Amino acid sequence: MESIYLQAFVGGLLIGAAALILMLFNGRIAGISGITHGAITSLATENWWRWLFLVGLIVAPVITALFGYGLPTSIPVDLELLAIAGLIVGFGTHYGSGCTSGHGICGIGRLSKRSIVATCTFMLSAIVTVAIVNHVIG
Amino acid sequence: MKYNLTALFAGLLFGAGLTISTMVDPAIVLAFLDIFGAWNPTLIFVMVGGIAVYLPGYYFLVKPRQVTLNGGEFHVPQKNSIDKPLIIGSSLFGMGWGLSGICPGPGLTNLSGGLPAIWIFVLCMLIGMLVASKFK
Repeated sequence: MESIYLQAFVGGLLIGAAALILMLFNGRIAGISGITHGAITSLATENWWRWLFLVGLIVAPVITALFGYGLPTSIPVDLELLAIAGLIVGFGTHYGSGCTSGHGICGIGRLSKRSIVATCTFMLSAIVTVAIVNHVIG
Repeated sequence: MKYNLTALFAGLLFGAGLTISTMVDPAIVLAFLDIFGAWNPTLIFVMVGGIAVYLPGYYFLVKPRQVTLNGGEFHVPQKNSIDKPLIIGSSLFGMGWGLSGICPGPGLTNLSGGLPAIWIFVLCMLIGMLVASKFK
């Protein structure tokens, strides 16, 4: 197996472990879109856990960089398109009650029918979008 | 206190996983989604790894318990119906993900890299979320 696949798998194990810890200790779904929306709509003390989870998420690459795992240094997409994509991702994940983490890992991990349907839907939609951008327009 | 520290630790571990798995790199995500082009299967392994821990963990450790290890209740979605918002929202999310190669977790995790492109994406994403809550 190529080492990049192993690295991706190990990263996935860490993601699964993080999500499991949040559920086992705090009883919460590690859905990034849900946590983010919850965080930005309230600063109440019972909401601090969401802010702290996000702080951890944002600070993590500073620590992994010490071990040679860093962030990308460029984004291969135009700014205007990124802005539009950001709006659609924000709207879609909140309206659809989840994203890659909440539906894709936690929801599928619970064998939730809604999350399995949601994950198939956004995967298909993303694949079709990339196919149109790269092979129809491009 | 323990509750908040657990959340901080889980966030750190989640962000480390996203970074190590290369899911934070939109170029790799876009290549993964490009199944009719030069397909890069790497991210399959991220999802398999995540579910390989979460699924058995949920069924063997979480489900048999009445209270969490911090002594609280479990907040698990009870909704079971496939409704329009789920399909429309997920379709839109997929479109935005396909255009950018960035989903919410990797977007936030990339903030510390300081790229203006990421900050613009995340700002727009937050606006999109707030707009969506007017429609729900």
